[in-house]
Amino acid sequence: MVANMQPQAGKRLMIVDDSRIIRRKIARCLDEHELEVIGRASNGVEAVAIFQEARPDLITMDLTMPEMDGIECVEKIVNLDPSVKILVVSALADKATAIEALKKGANGFLCKPFTDEELSDAIAELIRG
Amino acid sequence: MNAQDLNVFIDGAVHYFSQVSGEHADVGTPYLMNTREPAALGYTGIIGVTGEQKGAVYFSAPQLMVKHLLSSMGEDDMSHSNLCDAVGEVANTISGNARKTFGKEFMISTPVVVTGQSEKIAVPEEVRSYVVPITWRGHQAGLVISLV
Repeated sequence: MVANMQPQAGKRLMIVDDSRIIRRKIARCLDEHELEVIGRASNGVEAVAIFQEARPDLITMDLTMPEMDGIECVEKIVNLDPSVKILVVSALADKATAIEALKKGANGFLCKPFTDEELSDAIAELIRG
Repeated sequence: MNAQDLNVFIDGAVHYFSQVSGEHADVGTPYLMNTREPAALGYTGIIGVTGEQKGAVYFSAPQLMVKHLLSSMGEDDMSHSNLCDAVGEVANTISGNARKTFGKEFMISTPVVVTGQSEKIAVPEEVRSYVVPITWRGHQAGLVISLV
């Protein structure tokens, strides 16, 4: 789903997660950052399609998803635009997965379950970096 | 599955409720399940596990508990689909967090959610399955660990 494309101040964000409640939670948490949520995807295939159409600046990316997982999706999106910033938000808590995501081009990793403050800090770091 | 392995899931469950709601969940003494069909408590999220360990992890909770969980996440939509989403996310998060200990070879599926009693919840006869009772806000849920 792609939201209205009218220009807004601030960065443009896409939220990728197969859980609707997590997508909504992330959107609510990030209100304070004045980000414009321009797309929400429930799997990697949808995410790549929305990215090609809407070109967000920032992405939060789940890893365990149907159709196409987050690692593959990160790689495809970074190949399309290496300047996009991606925060992986996943329950997969092993170091090897985090390192793999970063090697594919992600810029940060936040482990679920997260508090509002942890997400806010991680996004602030992503924007600064 | 030994006591140390079981503790990984117990710690994961306690951490989940603490992070999401800011409230502690009490964990009862785990026990060995003596039937092939765990008692389902309304909504059950099932995660299949493959790799070095094989089997499944289930989180089963009554509807009212899942509604309270959604509420503590800031959700006001208590629809059936959101309740299914929530219980699947609990199972997914606790299972995914277990990779911190078990590593990348503990491979988990996306959640399958069932409501009420279902044959999908049956566990294999040859697997020793443990039930971890969880109490949160006065509601009783169960985490079933069925792994070899």
